[in-house]
Amino acid sequence: MAAGAASGGSAASDTYAKVRHWLLMPSWLVLGFFVFAPVCVMVIYSFLTKEFRGGVIWDPTLAAYDQFFFDRGLFGDGDPTLQWTYISIFWRSTWQAGLATILSLLIGFPTAYYIATRPANTRALWVFLVTIPYWVNLLIRTVSMKFLLRDEGPLNNFLMNVGLINDPVHIINTNLAVQLGLFYSYLPFMVLPIYASVERYNFTMSEAAADLYATKWTTLRRIVLPAVKPGVIAGCILVFVPSLGAFLAPDLLGGAKNFMIGSLIEEQFKGNAGNWPFGAAASMVLLSMVMILLLIFSRQQRRAGAAA
Amino acid sequence: MSAKIDVKTYTGFRFITLLCLFILYAPLLVVTVYSFNASESITTWDGVSLRWYTDVFVGPESGKFQQAAINSFSIAIIAATTATAIATAAATAIVRGGTYHLRAPSLGLISLPIMVPEIVLAVATLIFFNSIGFTRGYMTILVAHTAFCIPFAYLPIQARMQGIEDTYEHAAMDLYATKAQAFRRILFPLMMPGIISGFLLAFIVSLDDFIITNFVKGAGVETLPTAIFGSVKQGLKPNIMAISTMLLGLSIVMVTISYFISKWDNTK
Repeated sequence: MAAGAASGGSAASDTYAKVRHWLLMPSWLVLGFFVFAPVCVMVIYSFLTKEFRGGVIWDPTLAAYDQFFFDRGLFGDGDPTLQWTYISIFWRSTWQAGLATILSLLIGFPTAYYIATRPANTRALWVFLVTIPYWVNLLIRTVSMKFLLRDEGPLNNFLMNVGLINDPVHIINTNLAVQLGLFYSYLPFMVLPIYASVERYNFTMSEAAADLYATKWTTLRRIVLPAVKPGVIAGCILVFVPSLGAFLAPDLLGGAKNFMIGSLIEEQFKGNAGNWPFGAAASMVLLSMVMILLLIFSRQQRRAGAAA
Repeated sequence: MSAKIDVKTYTGFRFITLLCLFILYAPLLVVTVYSFNASESITTWDGVSLRWYTDVFVGPESGKFQQAAINSFSIAIIAATTATAIATAAATAIVRGGTYHLRAPSLGLISLPIMVPEIVLAVATLIFFNSIGFTRGYMTILVAHTAFCIPFAYLPIQARMQGIEDTYEHAAMDLYATKAQAFRRILFPLMMPGIISGFLLAFIVSLDDFIITNFVKGAGVETLPTAIFGSVKQGLKPNIMAISTMLLGLSIVMVTISYFISKWDNTK
């Protein structure tokens, strides 16, 4: 991946400067019309009135956001109090995604470090091995996880045969299953950016630390970690963001009780609730959270770039 | 120097790496093994058999899966081809178009489908098609897939193109090749490895997509992921293991091809 970008060449070449607008036209049209415009229309929809069979009435209102954040009593005329139902779903999603991210970091960092310190000729193969599962259909991977974690599934069978447990451990349809599913879905995203950072790390700094009698773990904590921080943050973002809006893992592994943002949104369009403006508003809240995160991230990366 | 202690390696990291690979592959291996199970039940092992693979092709649900497979593959081929063509043109403008104001916004627009959470993109696309009165069906899936495949096709093409020095096309033009000829005869063949990986990645991304497809598909139009999801919702069945294993194999083959193309390309 990095090979192409690293080999340089003249960056601001202008051979095709005269036709550049024509060359960009198709991507502007397709992405402008089918990605950018839809997001704008979604913003508008979140301020419209809901119609009962799904869809909207063109009557501007803040009702969807009001419903998300406030509770006005049974008849909608009471004093607004904070509505915890939806906020708590978002909070639980944040929590689940956070735990999955921490778990990915605990496994992903040592893996990335180990791969980056292999001889140069075997690194690509290690990276390739980590990448393959990412390209396997996410639905199939989630179904595999469901199959593995079932009460009568291979994991429980194995543990019982080994004698570690007598009765199957109930994992499926719990928070733990969702966390494991998210962790499993996005683990490769944690490894790759950290790997890229460690690969660029100058190991003479570790040697200098060792010469000054730092223990290896002190070196890791005080020298290596700060140096590869941009990669660690990138990995955490890449795991956390898709986990936050995930639908498949909570739906297939969490069951009905472990609702996350993705399921809440899906229900507004597919299920019986059928409140499009509310679904659009919930999507807007999710999108805002992600955009804020990405903004913080890009500022962090810029600062790291300036420091280097 | 010889007394230098090894500052690079940490005890346990090797173990965690192997554990990581084990975690990544174990569920896939388990499903693959159980897809060859002769038993009617997904729990008990009853010897090796290909009956569930046969079931996928001639069993009671074969019609549904065949139609879903036709939809999935035709959408993936058309969407990936279109997205790759659009991405190739865009990459040429970004990497070979000099510096200009619209460069950064264009890059931002191209990466938009990766930045926006998938479920949000799904909601937005559904609302959009609904508001312009586009009937949901095969076409809506195709259009949505083409759009979100563009960044996946774009990234390898741009990476490849940045590695090609512009001296090649300048040499061609010094020998009186037109810019179009220089592109077709020089730049395009040099970009080919990037274009192929871009196409393969876009193809896999389209084939894999569940969330957006689930939102924008019309009633009765299914792709493989939506058909599998619908089936899994009613309980895990052995024929799903067989389909999953085939799709899994396909993904692995395509990523491997992509890997070797980039490898062959780097050694040149």
